[in-house]
Amino acid sequence: MTITPRAMGVAVDRFDGAAKVRGEARYAYEQPVDRPLYLYPLTAAVATGRIADIDCGAASAEPGVVAVLTYRNATRTAAIEDGELRILQSDEVAFRGQFIGGVVAETSEIARHAVSLVRVDYEERPHDVELREGRGDLRVPREVQPIFPMDTAEGDVDAALASAPVRVDQTYTTAWNNHNPIEPHTTIATWTGDRFTFYLSTQGVNGIQAAVAALFELGPDRVRVISPYVGGAFGSKARPHADVVLAALAARLVPDRPVKFALTRQQMFSQVGYRPPTVQRVRLGADAGGRLVALAHESIEPTSKLQEFAEHSTRATPTMYAAPNRRTRQRLAALDVPTPTIMRAPGEASGMFALESAMDEMAIACGLDPIEFRIRNDAQRHPHFGLPFSSRNLVACLREGARRFGWDGRDPTPGIRRTAGWLVGTGVAAATYPVLRLPGSMATIRVGPDERYTVLIAAADIGTGTWTALSQVAADALGVRVEQIDLRIGDTAYPKASNEGGSSGITSWGSAICEAADRLRDELARHGGAVPADGLEVTAAMPENPHISRYAMHAFGAQFAEVRVHAEIGEVRVRRQLGVFAVGRVVNPKTARSQLLGGMTMGLSMALHEQSVFDPRFAQVVTQDLATYHIASNADVGAVEVHWIDEDDPYVNPMGTKGVGEIGIVGAAAAIANAVHHATGVRVRDLPITLDKLLPAA
Amino acid sequence: MKPFAYVKPVDIGAAVAAGAAPGAKFLGGGTNLVDLMREGIEQPDTVVDVTGLPLSAVDDLPNGGLRIGALVRNSDLAADRRVRARYPVLSQALLSGASGQLRNMATVGGNLLQRTRCPYFYDEASACNKRDPGSGCDALDGFNRSCAILGVSDDCIAAHPSDMCVALTALDAVVEVTGTGGTRRIPLTELHRLPGQTPHIETDLAPGDLITAVELPTATGNSAYRKVRDRASYAFALVSVAAGLQIENGAVTDIRLALGGVAPKPWRARQAEQLLAGGPADEAAFRRAAQAELASAAVRPGNAFKVALATNTIVATLRELSNEGTRR
Ligand SMILES: Cc1cc2nc3c(=O)[nH]c(=O)nc-3n(C[C@H](O)[C@H](O)[C@H](O)COP(=O)(O)OP(=O)(O)OC[C@H]3O[C@@H](n4cnc5c(N)ncnc54)[C@H](O)[C@@H]3O)c2cc1C
Ligand code: SF4
Repeated sequence: MTITPRAMGVAVDRFDGAAKVRGEARYAYEQPVDRPLYLYPLTAAVATGRIADIDCGAASAEPGVVAVLTYRNATRTAAIEDGELRILQSDEVAFRGQFIGGVVAETSEIARHAVSLVRVDYEERPHDVELREGRGDLRVPREVQPIFPMDTAEGDVDAALASAPVRVDQTYTTAWNNHNPIEPHTTIATWTGDRFTFYLSTQGVNGIQAAVAALFELGPDRVRVISPYVGGAFGSKARPHADVVLAALAARLVPDRPVKFALTRQQMFSQVGYRPPTVQRVRLGADAGGRLVALAHESIEPTSKLQEFAEHSTRATPTMYAAPNRRTRQRLAALDVPTPTIMRAPGEASGMFALESAMDEMAIACGLDPIEFRIRNDAQRHPHFGLPFSSRNLVACLREGARRFGWDGRDPTPGIRRTAGWLVGTGVAAATYPVLRLPGSMATIRVGPDERYTVLIAAADIGTGTWTALSQVAADALGVRVEQIDLRIGDTAYPKASNEGGSSGITSWGSAICEAADRLRDELARHGGAVPADGLEVTAAMPENPHISRYAMHAFGAQFAEVRVHAEIGEVRVRRQLGVFAVGRVVNPKTARSQLLGGMTMGLSMALHEQSVFDPRFAQVVTQDLATYHIASNADVGAVEVHWIDEDDPYVNPMGTKGVGEIGIVGAAAAIANAVHHATGVRVRDLPITLDKLLPAA
Repeated sequence: MKPFAYVKPVDIGAAVAAGAAPGAKFLGGGTNLVDLMREGIEQPDTVVDVTGLPLSAVDDLPNGGLRIGALVRNSDLAADRRVRARYPVLSQALLSGASGQLRNMATVGGNLLQRTRCPYFYDEASACNKRDPGSGCDALDGFNRSCAILGVSDDCIAAHPSDMCVALTALDAVVEVTGTGGTRRIPLTELHRLPGQTPHIETDLAPGDLITAVELPTATGNSAYRKVRDRASYAFALVSVAAGLQIENGAVTDIRLALGGVAPKPWRARQAEQLLAGGPADEAAFRRAAQAELASAAVRPGNAFKVALATNTIVATLRELSNEGTRR
């Protein structure tokens, strides 16, 4: 059942916008607490080995130090599966920078200084951090999303490739990228008697609650997690990381006193996950008419030895193009490195850089316009599942984008357009992202005789505008005005919710709210249509979607870029980006546009700038601050145009939405790389595209 | 951060005396020193804040030059009308550095003495002869994209990061220093040392030596600053070129050329200047001069591209200046 859009589709200003720009919105670290203490972490100075000795004497003697935490006095936690969270349980060191202790003190300065006084001796072991093809121990990752198999195979790829008249066989690499939300991870943890209270910055309070409850073997009711506002996350706050555990362990040492803990920017580069680097090989075979006959996409990536995480870079490939013979393969190398994690469009962002670069190379090899080539190979049914799409508008996006961008009449010859010393080129790439729904969300709706509706759900708004958009959904679900809605999120005191992630928030939480609204209508009917004096309250869980087994559900898009490359010096400037997306119903045009625009900008940043340089000698990222880890500056971003096409999809969920948080980054890097090739004739297959890769000889 | 004492003298004599004490460090805008203290790289016992001293003026000199107080903020200097009109290379260099907020804080004195951005210098756990003499140099076989290719040694290949200094070097700036023994004047080209075997000694200054001013001689001709970096703004130079060029009848009558991002100190390109002086102002000459200057480059795999980059940037900058010259 779908709901009628009245509030949905309106560009409502963010409810939290004014408070944020005025500095009145209190983030986790700013919550008023009594007599706080401050934690500063002690981190491992070797990549692998064990702690031979640890001397806390000088640190403990520092005035103002309340406790020094090490594996020797830390609470023993349960042997849960996630090794990233099992810190301070032994003398073992699993990666450089791993938390091995901390100091709790009356001020943050004292805590930090005292940490420098702790002396640690290590027995160091050699480390293994080399990611390469041909490692003997590459393994197939466990499936994160069971609906997307890690490996797929149809037909006879090798034979089809061997006999294809036109072939592309290239290897593409993407860089280690780190999330850098403006607010680093922060926690205030308090242990009182038999329970924890946390204020923290997270994409899912229930995930934190579950992890802490499991580690400390407590009932979930004894772990309260409150996450009022979140200053960005990009996936780094989706899963619990060791920072929360360290704060909890510290809080256990100092009962009744709130322990405040904020990561430094440098620590963000080792503690909260990252987008793993990838090595991807793409092989395409086409017939003389420009139709793909074979498609193979293989990716290898690192994970840590502590905890498996795979960025599923080949995931999008079986959704994109109709080729009768197809193979995708995903492999992992478990190394002595920190654990990677979800980062905006995990898999699609890196994988579609490779696939869409290869598609550009193939279009050129076939002598076809890259848009025409994609249209010829567009899939009518999902190539892997064989299902019809609930809606698929890739071609419409490509056509609409071409029209708006001014693609027609483009001369495909590379390296021939020049203006004032700069080479000019244009590029295109496709985008896609699945419509995901995460299980486990519930919503409560209360209404009083004043016709105000309080909607409770432990969802998260990480700065995306979900709070506002979800209120619009609730208003339409209830058939009331958005001003009548009081949506409360970010607290485990509310009905539990799935994580903010996978662009699934509106789908999952919205579906739960719609279900609760239906129940409320039933209740009201039972009360003769009038709200009783003491109000009504209903709670409902997100229902199953019966269409899931009948349709493949994906969002699509088309990305365009115009670049200039300095002919002598190699600098790249992206003058224009234009994206057209088919993302179902747009709940709030203002916040949705920001999401798509932000994604495209992050894609530009991924294409040209972002690179955590890993020094294998020390198993460490050396560019661990924002002066050396470059993200696009304002001056790097040209005109960014965001458009969407009207798409009415009755199958995805009651709102008809497909999610907008991630698709904006997908394909953006490939569009830029393709434009760079068009400008210069140089094909850069290795991100980021830095000027040395385009610099002509002296 | 190690606990430290803080003093803020209001006259130069007291500042010099306080700065001469063992373990003392001057504090200008703090944009570099405070970062280094947070990371434990610098551990002064006493921080002598000099921002209370009367050194914030920019004055005309009788000879047509300019005297810039050591406490003039980078933003103010870049905006000074005389600087913009007579020394565009300096204004452009300043504006290409850091960010608006940082330039509002950064002082001329602090900018001159800012320390390298070599990533291993910033990481206490790695070997660095500059930070910890004799410990080795992890940049040699590590991430050395930002590192230098001219004037380096086997002990250190760190680059001097300043943009302002490159422009000042091209302009023949002189630094005025007041120390326990009185006041002296040092040409900027002689303020910084090459690393040799003692990369931890970066200048010829002694404890207590306070930079009080920078003096510029009369401006000569057309000048420009071209900075090449890994993003369009807010990044240190991979290569930068400060150039001044005067041409008469197709021949070079005055040439000043300095390079940033490629050397342990702001690099005056004397060899290139000598080749160009008096000769033709054409593309071939520019390229020959640039290649000669870079001939002694000692590169590592991570920064070998800087030879071509510096050469091409020098040529492009000089070409641009010579075109402007002819247009006038
Ligand atoms: C993120 C970031 C990006 C940056 N990007 C750039 C860039 O692109 N280009 C660029 O050129 N710079 C850049 N900078 C560096 C910036 O220019 C310097 O930090 C600044 O110029 C230092 O000036 P300050 O007054 O803050 O010095 P401080 O930090 O106060 O001092 C620096 C040093 O100078 C000494 N000192 C200060 N004043 C005097 C004096 N009067 N006499 C003697 N010694 C003195 C101090 O003891 C200290 O050793 C960047 C800095 C940051 C943090
Ligand atoms: S190049 Fe110089 S600053 Fe960098 S690590 Fe080596 S010695 Fe230290």
